[in-house]
Amino acid sequence: MGRKLLLEHINVPGIETFDVYRSKGGYDAVAKALKMSTDDIVEEVKKSGLRGRGGAGFPTGMKWSFLAKPEGKARYLVCNADESEPGTFKDRYLMTYIPHLLIEGMIIGSYALGANVSYIYVRGEMMPQIRILEKAIAEAKAKGFLGKNILGSGYDLELYVQPGGGAYICGEETALIESLEGKRGNPRIKPPFPAIAGLWGCPTVVNNVESIAAIVPIIRDGGDEYAKIGIGRSTGTKLISASGNINKPGIYEIELGVSVEDFIYSDEYCGGIPNGKRLKAVVAGGSSVPILPANLILKTVNNQPRLMSYESLSDGGFATGTMMGSGGFIAFDEDQCIVRNTWNFTRFYHHESCGQCSPCREGTGWMEKVLHRLEYGHGKLSDMDLLVDVSKKIEGNTICPLGDAAAWPVASAIRHFRDEFEWHVTNGAEATSRNYGLAHYADPLPVLEPAPAAG
Amino acid sequence: MLRVEDTIQTPVEFSAALIAKFDDVVSRYPEGKQKAGLLPILHLVQAEFGWVSAPAMDKVAAYLNIQPVEVYEVATFYTMYLMKPQGKYFLEVCRTGPCCLNGAEDIMKYIEQKLGVKEGDVTPDGLFSWRGVECLAACGFAPVLQIGPEYTFYENLTPASVDKLVADLTAQAKN
Amino acid sequence: MKVTIDGISIEVPEGTTILNAARQIGGDIVPPAMCYYSKLEGSGGKCRTCLVKVSKGSEKDPRPMPKLIASCRTGVMDGMEVQNITSPEVIEARKGIVEMLLINHPLDCPVCDQAGECHLQDLGYEHGLAKTRYEFDRRTFHKIDIGDKIQLHMTRCILCYRCVFTADQITDHRIHGILNRGDHSEISTYIKAAVDNDFSGNVIDVCPVGALTDKTFRFKNRVWFTKPVDAHRDCDHEKCNGKVTLWYKGEDVIRVTARKDVYGEVEEFICNTCRFDKKKTADWVIEGPRQISNHSVISSNHYETLHPLPVVKTNPLLVEANKEQFERTTRL
Repeated sequence: MGRKLLLEHINVPGIETFDVYRSKGGYDAVAKALKMSTDDIVEEVKKSGLRGRGGAGFPTGMKWSFLAKPEGKARYLVCNADESEPGTFKDRYLMTYIPHLLIEGMIIGSYALGANVSYIYVRGEMMPQIRILEKAIAEAKAKGFLGKNILGSGYDLELYVQPGGGAYICGEETALIESLEGKRGNPRIKPPFPAIAGLWGCPTVVNNVESIAAIVPIIRDGGDEYAKIGIGRSTGTKLISASGNINKPGIYEIELGVSVEDFIYSDEYCGGIPNGKRLKAVVAGGSSVPILPANLILKTVNNQPRLMSYESLSDGGFATGTMMGSGGFIAFDEDQCIVRNTWNFTRFYHHESCGQCSPCREGTGWMEKVLHRLEYGHGKLSDMDLLVDVSKKIEGNTICPLGDAAAWPVASAIRHFRDEFEWHVTNGAEATSRNYGLAHYADPLPVLEPAPAAG
Repeated sequence: MLRVEDTIQTPVEFSAALIAKFDDVVSRYPEGKQKAGLLPILHLVQAEFGWVSAPAMDKVAAYLNIQPVEVYEVATFYTMYLMKPQGKYFLEVCRTGPCCLNGAEDIMKYIEQKLGVKEGDVTPDGLFSWRGVECLAACGFAPVLQIGPEYTFYENLTPASVDKLVADLTAQAKN
Repeated sequence: MKVTIDGISIEVPEGTTILNAARQIGGDIVPPAMCYYSKLEGSGGKCRTCLVKVSKGSEKDPRPMPKLIASCRTGVMDGMEVQNITSPEVIEARKGIVEMLLINHPLDCPVCDQAGECHLQDLGYEHGLAKTRYEFDRRTFHKIDIGDKIQLHMTRCILCYRCVFTADQITDHRIHGILNRGDHSEISTYIKAAVDNDFSGNVIDVCPVGALTDKTFRFKNRVWFTKPVDAHRDCDHEKCNGKVTLWYKGEDVIRVTARKDVYGEVEEFICNTCRFDKKKTADWVIEGPRQISNHSVISSNHYETLHPLPVVKTNPLLVEANKEQFERTTRL
C-alpha cells in the first residue's frame, strides 16, 4: 500500500464535518502555518517540489513566488474547482468527501500569499459540492478558523464559493478570472500574467483543488518529507481518476512512480479489464493528452516499464509518449472504436471552444465534421492528412491551451491508430456495424537495435 | 440565430426574498465589483423561474447596474443557463468519451424512447425534457445524468434505473 | 529600445508593441491585423493573423520564444529580434489562419459592399489558397438591421470584436455584443433593438469585412467606381471634428466615412450626422483628393490625366477641338 496524504482519513465516518476532521489532526497545519513567516511557507512549498495538479504541472512554489506585492493593492488566491476535463473527477471527490482539507489548504495558501479574501470557483454543475463547501466554510468560521483575527494571529480571511455557469474553458486560469469577474469566459492574453494583474487587476494566484489540498500535508510534515515520496521530480502523491473499461473505476491516491501496468491490473487500483477483455489504448491524463496504444502505455519505446510520473509518462515526447495532465486515466478495451472516441472528444472541444481565436473556433468544428464523416463510413483516405494538417494549424497558434488540447488527441490518434482510420474508409459499410478490434495495438514493441557507436 | 422575439416575453417580478439572496451574493465582492455576482445571480433566477428570460435578464442588469447586453452575453456563453423554458425535470445526460465507453449513447436513446420526445423538446405534460451535455466530471460513475436546479446526480445509469427515476419524479410531481 | 524585424532595426519607446514597431518601419514587413485597432483599447490578439516568430527574446534573455506570438499584443524588449515574412513557419501559420477565417465565410465578394476595401479580401489574396479544402455547409445567419442606418450581415463576420470595443469606448452605451460561444458566436442585440446613438455609425468603419454596412450606401456602387475626397465641416457635436472622406459618384456624394490611414484605421471617429445626413457637396468644405495606396483597387483608374497623343499635342487645332473632352476626364 502506498502512502496516503490527502485521502488518509477518507473512510472515517463524518470526516466531512468540522469536529471529526479536527479530531483527526485537521487544521493543525493552519495553527502551525500562522506561526511561520509567509516566506517560510512559500519556501516549504518550493522544497516539496509540488507541481500544479490541474494539468500543466508547473511548480506551485515557483508560481507563488512570482506573485507581485505592490503596496495598497489587494492580493487574491483563487481555487480552480472548475473540473471538467473528460476523464477527471478527482476534485469533485475531494470536495464531496473531505471539504475541510480544501478549506484548510485555502487558509494556509491565502496567509502565505497575503490574501484577505479568497474564492473557490466551482463549476456550476457541482451545486451539491457548492452546498457542502458553504456548510464547511460556515463551520470553520464558527470555530474561528476563518473571519477576523484567525486563532489570535491578527490575520483576517474571508472565503467564498463562486459557482461557474457551465464552460470547460473557465478551467483556464485567465478565463476563470474573467468568469469570476462576471464576464464571458474568454481567456486573456498573457502577459500580463495573473501574478501581476489577475482578478480585478490585482495580483492573483490560481491553483487547482488538489494542489491546494496538498499544501496541508506539506506544511504539517514539512516540504522535505513530502519530497521524499515519489520519484525524481515527480514528488508526492497524486489523485488519479480512473474510468473507462476497468473493473474498479474511481479515485486512487498513488505515490508517483507506480508502474502503469500495476495501476491497471493490480487489485489495489483498477483491478484489470472487465469480462476478460484486453487493453487496447489508454488516455493517461485527461482527454487533452495524446492517446497511446496498449503496447506504448505499458512500456516506453526503450522497453522500460512506464511509470505513473510526469517524466515517465512523457518519455518519448509526443512521438511515443503522452502526459500526466490532470490524472484522468481512461482505459479502452479491445471493443472500443478509436475513431468514434476521437470524434467524441473533438465534439467536446468544438462545443467548448470560446470562439475568440480564429484557428480554434473554426478548426475544432472542421475537425469534428471530418471525423464524423470518417466514423460513419463516408471518409476519404486524404482525410487523415487533412486532420493532421488542421490540427497543426491550430496547435500553438491560439491564446490559451484549448487549441493544443483539441489538436493533440486528433494528431495522436492518427499517429498511433492510422490503420484503424484507414479501415474506416476502405471498409466504410462494415465500420458502421462493427469495430476494428484490438488489431496489433497490444503486440510487444520491437526491440530497438542499439545505435552504432560513433566514429 | 438567436432572437427571442417569438419566445415568451412576459414581465417578471423578483420577490423580496430573491433580492435578499442577490444582496448576499453581491456582498462577497469588493466595492464596485458587483458585476462578479452575475453568474450566481443568474443561477438564482433560473432556480426561481426554471429558465432565464429576457425580461428577467433586463432586471438583473438593472440590479447590478450594468448594460442588459452584458447579461445576454454572459447568459448565452455558459451552457447551464436555459434560454427557453424546459420541462419541470430537465435531464442532462453526459455524452462525452468516458461515459460513452460505458453506454451513455444507449442510455440517451433509451431516455428518448422512454420520454417519447426528442432532445430539447418537452413532454406534453410539461414534466420532462432532456439533452446531452458535455463532461460532467463523474467519469468513474458513468453513465450519469443531472437534474437542476440543485443538480442532483444519478450515477451508473441502466434502463431499469432510468425507469425508476422517471416513475419517482412523476409521482413526486403529482404530490 | 532597439528591435529588429526581418533584419531591419528601429528604436522605439518602451511599451511599443511589435506590430506598431513594424508599422513605424513600414512596407512588406508589417504583419496583417484583422482584429487589432490602435484606437481601441483591449483590441487585438484574437484573429491570430499577426503572429510572428521571436527568434531572440531580448538582449538580457536571448532565448527565442517557444511559440509564435501575436505581434499586436506583445511589447518589444531591448534587443529583440523578430521574424515575420522571413520565417517560413510564420507564413505557414498565417496561411492556416486565413484558411480558417475563410471556411465559414460566404465569399460573396461580388455582391458585398465591402469588396475593394475589405481586409479579409486583401489577406486572402496574399495568403490564401486558390481552392478550399472545406467540404461542408457553411455557417449562415439571417441579415438583420441594427438601427435604421446599419445592416448586420453576420455570415460575413470574423468575430474581431472591434465593433464591441467601439460601442464600449466611443459611444455612451452598448446594446450589441457577442452572444453564444465558439463557432456559434454571433454579434447580436439578442432582443430586437436598434443601435442608436450619435457615434454608432463608427462600427461600420472599424469592421474589417462586410459584416456591418452602411444602409445609405448599400448596393449604390462599387467602391472602386467612387472617388474619395477629403472634406470637413463645422460639426457642432462636441466629440466630432467633422473631418471626413466623401465618396463621390459623378456629382453625388454617395457615402461619407471617417478618414482611414494606410492600415485601414480611422484617423478620427465621426458622428452620425456627418456620416448619414450630410450628403450634399454644399454641406462640406472640400480639401482635395484622398490619398489611397497605389495597391488598392480603389485608386485604379482614378485621377488619370488623359495624355493627348503626340499627334494631337502638336496640332493646336485638335487640342482646341478636344478641350472639353480632356477636361471632363481629368475631373474628379
